[in-house]
Order: sequence, then C-alpha cells, then structure tokens
Amino acid sequence: MTEVLLDVRNLHKSFGALKATDDVSITLRPGEIHALIGPNGAGKSTLIKQIAGGLRSDSGSVHFAGQDVTPLSTVQRARAGLGRTFQISSLAMEYTVLQNAVLGALGQSGRVMRFFAPVMRQQKLREEAMRALELVGLADHAAKRTADLSHGQRRQLEVAVALTLRPKVFLMDEPMAGLGASGSKEMTGFLDGLRREAPILLVEHDMDAVFALADRISVLVYGQIIASGTAAEIKADPQVRVAYLGEEDAA
Amino acid sequence: MSLILLIEQVLNGVQSGVMLFLMAAGLTLIFGVMGLINLAHGSLYMVGAFAAAAVAAATGSFLLALVAALAAAALAGCLIEMTVIRRLYDRDHLDQVLATFALILIFSEGTRFLFGSFPLFLDIPSALAGPVTLPGGIQYPLYRLVIIGVGLVIAAGLFLLIARTRIGIQIRAGEADREMIAALGVDIAKLYTLIFALGAALAGLAGALVGAIQSVQVGMGEPVLILAFVVIVIGGIGSIKGALIGALLVGLTDTLGSVLLPLFFANFMEASAATSVGSSLASMSIYILMAGVLLFKPTGLFGEA
Amino acid sequence: MMREKLVNLFLFLLLPVTALAAFALDEPFIITLATKAAILALAGVGLNIALGLGGLVSFGHAAFFGIGGYAMGILAAHAQSYTPIMESPFLIEGTKSMPVIWLVAIVVSGLAALLIGALSLRTSGVYFIMVTLAFGQMLFYFSISWPAYGGEDGLSIYVRNGFPGLNTLDPLTFFAIAFAVLALVLLFAGRLARAPFGLALSAARQNAERVEAVGLAPFRLRLVAFVISGAVTGLAGALFADLNRFVSPTMFSWQTSGEIMIFVILGGVGRLFGPVAGAALFILLEHVLGGLSEFWHIYLGLLLLLVVLFARGGMIGLIAGREVAHD
Repeated sequence: MTEVLLDVRNLHKSFGALKATDDVSITLRPGEIHALIGPNGAGKSTLIKQIAGGLRSDSGSVHFAGQDVTPLSTVQRARAGLGRTFQISSLAMEYTVLQNAVLGALGQSGRVMRFFAPVMRQQKLREEAMRALELVGLADHAAKRTADLSHGQRRQLEVAVALTLRPKVFLMDEPMAGLGASGSKEMTGFLDGLRREAPILLVEHDMDAVFALADRISVLVYGQIIASGTAAEIKADPQVRVAYLGEEDAA
Repeated sequence: MSLILLIEQVLNGVQSGVMLFLMAAGLTLIFGVMGLINLAHGSLYMVGAFAAAAVAAATGSFLLALVAALAAAALAGCLIEMTVIRRLYDRDHLDQVLATFALILIFSEGTRFLFGSFPLFLDIPSALAGPVTLPGGIQYPLYRLVIIGVGLVIAAGLFLLIARTRIGIQIRAGEADREMIAALGVDIAKLYTLIFALGAALAGLAGALVGAIQSVQVGMGEPVLILAFVVIVIGGIGSIKGALIGALLVGLTDTLGSVLLPLFFANFMEASAATSVGSSLASMSIYILMAGVLLFKPTGLFGEA
Repeated sequence: MMREKLVNLFLFLLLPVTALAAFALDEPFIITLATKAAILALAGVGLNIALGLGGLVSFGHAAFFGIGGYAMGILAAHAQSYTPIMESPFLIEGTKSMPVIWLVAIVVSGLAALLIGALSLRTSGVYFIMVTLAFGQMLFYFSISWPAYGGEDGLSIYVRNGFPGLNTLDPLTFFAIAFAVLALVLLFAGRLARAPFGLALSAARQNAERVEAVGLAPFRLRLVAFVISGAVTGLAGALFADLNRFVSPTMFSWQTSGEIMIFVILGGVGRLFGPVAGAALFILLEHVLGGLSEFWHIYLGLLLLLVVLFARGGMIGLIAGREVAHD
C-alpha cells in the first residue's frame, strides 16, 4: 500500500451561510501530480489556506506523511514539510536571487538565531541554495536583484525557494500564472521532473498543463469535489462539462 | 468616600472621555478612510484652543471664540491636507509618522513664535460659570455638564452622518475599499480633504472647550493625542462606536483611578505612601487597560479581526 | 558599494577627529558635543535594529532610553548617598561603576523591551505605532509621579561615574569611552545584519508571508530584534545620563522618541552608519541654528519634512545612492 504523503480529510469551512469548503477530501501519493481545477469562485484559495495553514477549518483534518498537522500554524506546517508556491509571487524583493534561496535553506536548517557569522558565506546554505537555483535554471542570475527579475523568472525563483525546504509535499498555486506560451511549456517540463523530488498538489487554470502533467485531477465546484480521476475520466465526466461549459451539450 | 464625591468623579470621567472622543473620532475616521496616521492632530487641537483664546480676548464672546476655533482648526486642517498630507496617502506608515511629526514641530514652534511660551487664558463664559444642582443634591459645574452635552450631541451627529447621509456612505465605502470608490467616480480628493477638515474641526473644538478648564499652551495637544491613540487601540480603528466607548472607558479609568487607587492603598499603607503608590499606579492605569485589551483583542473591541 | 564604504569610513572618523581637534584647540565644549553625538548615535543604532532592519516603527523607544538613564540615576544616587537600594531579602547597594551600571541598564531595558514587545508585537501597522507611543508615555507619567527619584524635577548625580583605570572626568577620556562603546555596537549591529538572524528579520520586513512559508516565525524574530534594540538604546540612555549627570522624566517623553527617530531618518533608515550621520547633523543644527534662533525646531521640522517627502534615503542615500543588495 503506497503511503499517502498528503491526506486531506473531510474539510468543512463556512463563512456564515456560505459553504466555502464542503466535505473536501484529497490525497497525494509519492511521485504523483494531482491537479485541482475548478471555475473561479469555487473555493480554491480557501482550500489552499486550510491546507497550508492560514485558515482554521470548521471540521476535518490535514496530514503530511502520516503526521496530523491540523492544529499546526503556517510556520509549523512549513517545518513539517510543506513546500508552497504562491499565485502572486511572494519573495523578498530587495534581496538577490541567491539571498532568497539562502533564506529558504536557512528556514530548512532552522538555525536562525545566529547573530555573528555572515550567513551568505555559510557553505552548506549556499550549496543548498545553488542546487535549487540550478534545478530551476536560475543559477546564472544568482546575483540579480529579485525586483529586477522578469515575471517568469520570479515564478522560477518561487519554486527554487520551495525546493530548498526539501519538502515532503509541494502545494503549488497557479505556477503558470502570467507565463507566456514558451514559459508555460518550460514550466510544464520542469514540473514533470519535479514530481520526483516530492509529489505536487497543483492548483491550475491552464488546462494544457493540467492534462499534460496530472496523474489525477479533482474538480472543485462551489466548495465540493464533484469529480476525481484520470484526465480521460475527467474529460468525459458530464458533471464537469456542465460546470465548465454550462448547459451546452459539448458532445 | 462619599457617594457625592464618587458621582462627581464619574461625571468628570465622562466629561474628559467625551472630549477625548472628539479627538479620537477624527483620528479614527482619517485612519479608517484614508489609511493615514496623523500625529499632527494634537496641533490642530492646540490651534483651536489658541484661536478661541485670542478671539475671546479680543471680542469677549465665548461663542465667537468657539466659532473661531472651529474655523481656524478646519482651515489649518485643509491647508496641511492640501500641501503635505495628500502626498502621504500612498506612503508607508513610517513616512506618515515622520512627516506629521515634522508638522508638530512646525506648529508648536510657530505658535510659540506668535504667542510666546506663557499660557494664554480662556475664561469660562459667565453664563456657564456657576454650579448646578443635580438630583440628589450634588453640586456640579454647569460648564462641564455643557461639555458633556455638546460631546454627546456631536457623537449622535456623527453616527447620523455616517449612517444616514451620502457622505456617510462614501465614508463607509471608503473604509471598506479605497480603490473601489475612486473607480466609482467619487471625487476622492475632495472627500479626503473634507474628512480631514472635519476631524480637524472636532479637534479644534475639543481644544477650545477644554482650554477654558485647563490652560492654553504650546504642547497641550500631544498628551491628548496619545490618549486618543490609546482610545483607538482599545476601541478599534475605523469605528466611531469604538471611539466613544473607548473614550469613556479611558476617561473614567483615568479619573476614577487617580481618586480611588490612593484610597484603596490607604487601607493597608500609611497615608503618604498610599498617595504616592496610588497615584503612580493611577498614572499607568489607562495603559494597563490598553495592555489588557491587547492581550485579548489586538485589533480593539470593535475593530475588524 | 564602494561609495557607501567611503561614506561609512568618513562618518566613523568624523567624531574622533572632531574630538581630537577640539582637544588640540582647547575647546572642551566641542568635545562634549562630540560625545553627545556619539551617545545619541548609539540610541539611534539601537532603534535602527528594530526600525531599519526589522521594519518595526517603534515610536516609544524613549521608554528604553529613559530606563537606561534611570538605571544609572538610581544606582548612582544610592551610591552617592550611601544608602542601599534594598536591604531585605537581598542587600543591593548602589554603585558608581560604569561597567556595572551599563550591565544593569542593558538587562533592565532588555527586559522592558521583552514585555513591551510581547504585547505590542501582537499588533501591526498603525496599532503598533500607537501602542509603542503609549507605553513610552506610560513610563513618562510614572516617572513623574514616583516621588522617590526626583519626580518631575529629575535626579542629579554630582560626580561622573567611574571606569576602572580611567579618569572619566576628563572630557576627552569620557568621549573615548562613549565612542568605544559606539564602535563596538556598530560592529555588532553590522554583523547582526549579515548574520542568519539579520537575513531572516529583514526578509520578514519585506515579506512576512514568505518568511512563514520557509518555516520561520516573524513574531519571534521581531521580538528578539526588539529586545536587542531596546537594550542598546537603554545603554545609550545610561551614557546620556552620565554625560549630563542628570536624569529626568524628559528622557521618557514622546519628543525624545521622536528625536531618536529623527537621527535615524536624517541619516538614512537601515543604513548602518545612518544614526551617526543623523545624530551629528542634529547636534550641528541644534548648536548652529539654535544659536541663531530659539525657534530652530521649525527649521528642523521643515528639514525633516523635506527629507521624508523628497530624500527618502536620508543623507547617506543622497551621497551613496541606493543600497546595493550585498552578500
């Protein structure tokens, strides 16, 4: 029985009368890319926050590699092995590319309460950071100021920082957002290889990428998972077609 | 301690609370709608007091003095809003703090230059000067009762303004989403200037009213400003209701604390030690109250969570 | 980068050169001014750790400045009157030894920063500014009303405190002591900024969400920064009280908090030597402009306004350009 690395069980979250998350369960197995798709307003951000730690669910639980992380904060879940990338790049803009990556490595090492030795000269952290940067293809830009990077390069840096955490699970929120055709192709190819590092829960709108990458796809509509299966199954599912295409019969 | 004395002190606490409310209401509106922290609010309080004192000395009319206070403070508010403040809306809080602190320096020294370092005097108008007999035989200064009345009327007026008028809707919308109301065609520049001037007028009025009981001098506004900040922390930013309740809490805690704490300690300490321990603790009581609120509701009693 | 290093070197040498020149020209008053600049710069360096590095807009740092000052005042007052501070359960006597006083100042202001920080850091943004201002004010009123140490009138210490082996009454010697402390703290602050702690703290200032996502807790980072910041400013307070041989509630006032901020801003927030530039400029203005007009604060206000609106990086920003992301 392959172990499940991310186990989201029966999450519920309501805001007053609005059921933003209605009995959602998702799993993620090693080496897998599980895509989460759904129309706007389906409750994807709310769900992401409940998995990553910013929002407390009304009921249900979240587990990383067997550990129940439901009571843990965002910081604690990151330490427990969640590597997250944001829909809108969330980086330290004044820092260089390398500094951002070293920050990730520093977080992973946990030894932040050090006050005297220069952090950028620490071998282990630099190596860890450069490894991640090489994997995403940003090694040549290590000295560039993050604010000066192109949009696509910032998305790459986001992934690099997540890599330095050596996570057990990746949670990626629209990594393709804002990338042009060639950028998306590159990112798709990259994510395909990334699954070997850790499985990816991929929240995406870009259907080409989703169908190319995903082993499993779950469809979120009005807070509920209405369908979950392989790409072929999802394409054929009538409920999904209604949700995405309206009442037209796209036979 | 006698009941009469207690009631008197409660009324004093309400009176000081109501004046604090005038300061806090302006500050919280300015912050809620424009996202701006304004340290110069104390200077506007001072401008109102000085304008009132100057006009009262020149004309002998307290009413004219109050009008002058409102006008001068509102005018000063408009002036600084159009020259300095509007450049700060998009800046971070540090810049706002520093720039408005710079305004305090300019206002304070400017006032000292114009009026000198000695306090001015503003007399309570003779019509309001005497005591009034309240039910129960309590004698209480009429003027202070009038202040309480004025403050409550203004509070009611503000609630109505925000809840019932067009400007009020714009204010509430602005608090919720600044960019949106601009996109909807509301003239933001005018709205902001208006709100700033309104806050300034309230501060100036408070300065004039209190100036008759205390003295009118340079630097009188800043201690009140900081107390108003405490009120806002307790009440929550952007909430007029929070400002009123917070202000009454602070006013009562301050007044009753300074009277009751020494008495409390006199139960098990000798008189002079009781007075010093009591009044020292009393001086901190408001801040201890604030710290208490911070522990349980960091965004204030009525602020957004 | 080179430019900033040159500017830093200039600023580092500015005060000692001024003091030595004043010594050579037999102008002890100028030496005292240089000493005052060094001590105020130290207060600013303290604030800069929380403000420049951590992004914490603390408008109540006078709280720590005053605590350091009163630590000195209380210890020295008891020593000079030969009465112990406490007799039971422990015997605690006063002292006029600077190293001991500094240690007490650092520890007590650090503890105060821990308490105030733990409460204040539960808030953010405007609330934080207002709360820190309020706590400073609380200590101000407390020090006025507590009768034992002079209240509103303050506390005079008749003779400057002692440092083993040195004649602290000599202006140049006392300058050297103050400057040595400043230099050591600058060294420490510089290393702090480049250390793992500094990287994480500055990252939290830029983007707290990012710091959380890598598994570091911004609250803890900020609290530690606030404590270190308070301790350094407290040390400056002890030295300041020693310089003037006088401590009063004014050291706790909001005006003092504002002034410490001014040193940092005029020089350049977040720049290591910013407070040195700012304090030196402030002393210069106070002395020169103050001599010309008793209303010189108006000009200070105008200058501050201009710097905030148009010269955001302060003096160092103007001369050395934008800060380069450094390794």
